[in-house]
Amino acid sequence: MQVTMTVNGQPYTRDIEPRMLLVHFLRDELGLTGTHWGCDTSNCGTCVVHVDDVPVKSCTMLAAMASGREVRTVEGLESGEGLDPVQQGFVNEHGLQCGFCTPAMMMTARWLLDHNADPSQAEIREAISGTFCRCTGYENIVRAIRWAAEHPRAAAEAPVQEPKEAQPA
Amino acid sequence: MTAVAEVGFGRRLRKEDPRFVRGKGTYVDDIALPGMLHGAVLRSPYAHARIRSIETSAAEAHPKVKAVITGQLLETLNLAWIPSLSHDVVAVLATDKVRFQGQEVAFVVAEDRYSARDALELIDVDYEPLPVVIDAKRALDAEAPVIRDDLEGKTDNHIFDWEAGDKAATDAAFAAADVVVAQDILYPRTHPAPLETCGAVADMDKVTGKLTVYCTSQAPHAHRTIYALVAGLPEQKIRIVSPDIGGGFGNKVGIYPGYVLAVVGSIVTGRPVKWVEDRAENLMSTSFARDYHMHTEIAATREGRIQAVRVHVVADHGAFNNTAQPSQFPAGFFHIFTGSYDYPAAHCTVTGVYTNKCPGGVAYACSFRITEAVYAIERIVDCLADELHMDAAELRMRNLLRPDQFPYTTPTGWEYDSGDYPRALRAAMDIAGYEELRREQEEKRERGELMGIGLAFFTEGVGAGPRRNMDILGLGMADGAEVRIHPTGKGVVRLSVQTQGQGHETTFAQIVSELTGIPSDDIEVLHGDTDNTPFGLGTYGSRSTPVSGAAVAVAARRVVDKARVIAATMLEIAPDDLEFDRGTFSVKGNPSVSKTIQDVALAAHGSLELPEGVEGHLDAECVYNPPNLTYPFGAYICVVDVDPGTGEVKVRRFIAVDDCGVRINPMIVEGQIHGGLADGVGMALMEVIAFDEDGNHLGGSFMDYQLPTALECPSWELGETVTPSPHHPIGAKGVGESATVGSPAAVVNAVIDALKPYGVRHADMPLTPAQVWRTMHGRPLRTDLAITD
Repeated sequence: MQVTMTVNGQPYTRDIEPRMLLVHFLRDELGLTGTHWGCDTSNCGTCVVHVDDVPVKSCTMLAAMASGREVRTVEGLESGEGLDPVQQGFVNEHGLQCGFCTPAMMMTARWLLDHNADPSQAEIREAISGTFCRCTGYENIVRAIRWAAEHPRAAAEAPVQEPKEAQPA
Repeated sequence: MTAVAEVGFGRRLRKEDPRFVRGKGTYVDDIALPGMLHGAVLRSPYAHARIRSIETSAAEAHPKVKAVITGQLLETLNLAWIPSLSHDVVAVLATDKVRFQGQEVAFVVAEDRYSARDALELIDVDYEPLPVVIDAKRALDAEAPVIRDDLEGKTDNHIFDWEAGDKAATDAAFAAADVVVAQDILYPRTHPAPLETCGAVADMDKVTGKLTVYCTSQAPHAHRTIYALVAGLPEQKIRIVSPDIGGGFGNKVGIYPGYVLAVVGSIVTGRPVKWVEDRAENLMSTSFARDYHMHTEIAATREGRIQAVRVHVVADHGAFNNTAQPSQFPAGFFHIFTGSYDYPAAHCTVTGVYTNKCPGGVAYACSFRITEAVYAIERIVDCLADELHMDAAELRMRNLLRPDQFPYTTPTGWEYDSGDYPRALRAAMDIAGYEELRREQEEKRERGELMGIGLAFFTEGVGAGPRRNMDILGLGMADGAEVRIHPTGKGVVRLSVQTQGQGHETTFAQIVSELTGIPSDDIEVLHGDTDNTPFGLGTYGSRSTPVSGAAVAVAARRVVDKARVIAATMLEIAPDDLEFDRGTFSVKGNPSVSKTIQDVALAAHGSLELPEGVEGHLDAECVYNPPNLTYPFGAYICVVDVDPGTGEVKVRRFIAVDDCGVRINPMIVEGQIHGGLADGVGMALMEVIAFDEDGNHLGGSFMDYQLPTALECPSWELGETVTPSPHHPIGAKGVGESATVGSPAAVVNAVIDALKPYGVRHADMPLTPAQVWRTMHGRPLRTDLAITD
């Protein structure tokens, strides 16, 4: 069957098997391998992408179900202004180790901050509880997302190691 | 990416991160080669069954299938069985029997991953189910079916008996002791469950005869040698590439049948073959952890001075003995079970048995069974405190080794290199506010609320290991490193070890930077590709910094030694008249006359006439054979609240004071500790692979094998002490596994402490709500079996 969807602002049309999962479509058909796959049961959450601005687990959605919709993946986080504050926060606060859960964690964080610009630690933990991380014990992921919340327009790639200072909006 | 050049140790952002936060890492499943095919493994639904026949013709007729491989075909290549890492053999594809649920039976190679899976359904295997052995404690019963009838003359399920320590002295100490406490302690079967499953892309180039395997391997060089030995391929024609690895934790040390099958698939089809397991395959068939049944006894005086400890272990190794540890130690480093305390006598016996379960056993950040050892001693010490009605911290303080006892030789023969244990425990108690917590607990108990405070003190031995007594399959556990400084003063360091998230690209550059003065951003770290790196045994057992880090440090010092001679030649002065500090050689007493190491690098590659015997260029190598292990240690305190109505445990606080010697990058060290603490909480409260009486695996998905999320983990509270290792070139010790080793006991001790009003002294992990509730009501589960009452 033919599917057409917009991924990170680019339109794509492909002929695929109807049973193809969205995660495999993104990875194998489009070569967007930043979205990972880690279980078969929607538990690990490494495959989170945005579909029409809602985080979904792309291992549990058929590519056909995303036809006609807007998909955003980790490859779409960086803009012409540089890294997304969430990406910069993960770098600055050591919010990743092996990097496998990181794209999903960041996509979830981006959605959270889009809907709650100043989340508490508890709200962050609740938001990311759909994705496992085996490396960080979550502490630095929480700090990374707080960093992003406190630096909403950190466009420059230069790492900020100094104590958090909210930048002017 | 930094504005100011940073030199040496300290908090540095990671070189790895710019690619990972952009989704530009390259994991095995991200690799797509031209013409690549996809493999899938057919697995046994039975835990124990004879294979009567395997019918593959329908699968072979599938239009997208390129090959179907069975054990029969592998027998013709002499690859149906391969050597294990522990003096045994492992079936690549079953030929005679299947011996655990999930065992590999056939392999399909097809045009795409969905078709390969489809074709598995077309293979018809006729099984004759056999009785199973699931309970390790019954594996040696006379009526138990013999699992390994493939082994000549095998009539039981016994693998080995092993012992350490002084039995006579220990028995005498027990006979004379005021108090003896005994407890059966189970460390149940768990799984490292890295988020990236295991996989490989094998590419056999028939023209050049070169085999390239992209593989989730923590030990690429060891893999290359083993492929050469097993498959008879010339080693120079094998290239193993470990690209970015999505977490290892010991899961990616061994060679799994799937890797071998991808290689065979590529040889058979002449095309690259990718095999990536799914999560169920990962949990059911790759290396598990623990499964130690430990009868633990402690003897002490009435005043709480420990006199002796003895342990008898029944070790469940599954259907093949494929544990990965130095060959001479079939129970790993379990005999470090004497722990962090000062007493004269100890003895352990370990009996290894076969069961109808997946093989493995040494994985999940365990430092070769030290996690089981620490758990046993820290649990039994708490049982002793309970018996003596003594505070658990006070009992530990009375028995901890004193700083003046180091280097300290344990009753089972380990030589601990350095430590100040009481200082670490006091530091943890200060952060926790220990006395205040005990007061709060007292008040809560009066109100019927269940709050627990658990302590654990651990000593690890990491950095295997000295060649004289440590090897794996005959390969000594030394590691090589090469440091090359380019003409412009930038450098490259090549490592034998392989990062799975530990940040080697950052920290190993920092080691070179610290010692040469070259900014760490000017040092490129190469690793994971056997064609481009020196030989070494890889990353596991927290050995990268103790062994490979030492190799890099020695090589970097050799570079500086050579640079000194060249600088002296440039300045026409004797080498001994130069001082070296942070990358600059200056004349003693006249510091304005100097050369930077960058100046020297250029001169070393230039036309400067060098002294007799000094070669040009600025390179050095080292193969580091560690004189001893390094011994990190730490004091952990966990505070929990237990819901008396449901048995649910909430970890309220977790305090971890770690001493891993000199910290190369404190940010990365803390990250390693955070991750290990989450592992500990998971194992203590949630994670277990149990089996039912038919041998069905009951942890085959993340719905059944429960991992901690951000909600189960508290905000970790870390402290540190620094006691350098006296024998490591930069005073560092390993840290990757410390928190996983130390934390489960702290969590369990906290929960048991909370349950004191119920007269509970012990319960086995995981302390799920059901287990806690049942324990409170006198009916604890046997958590390794899905059999109750």
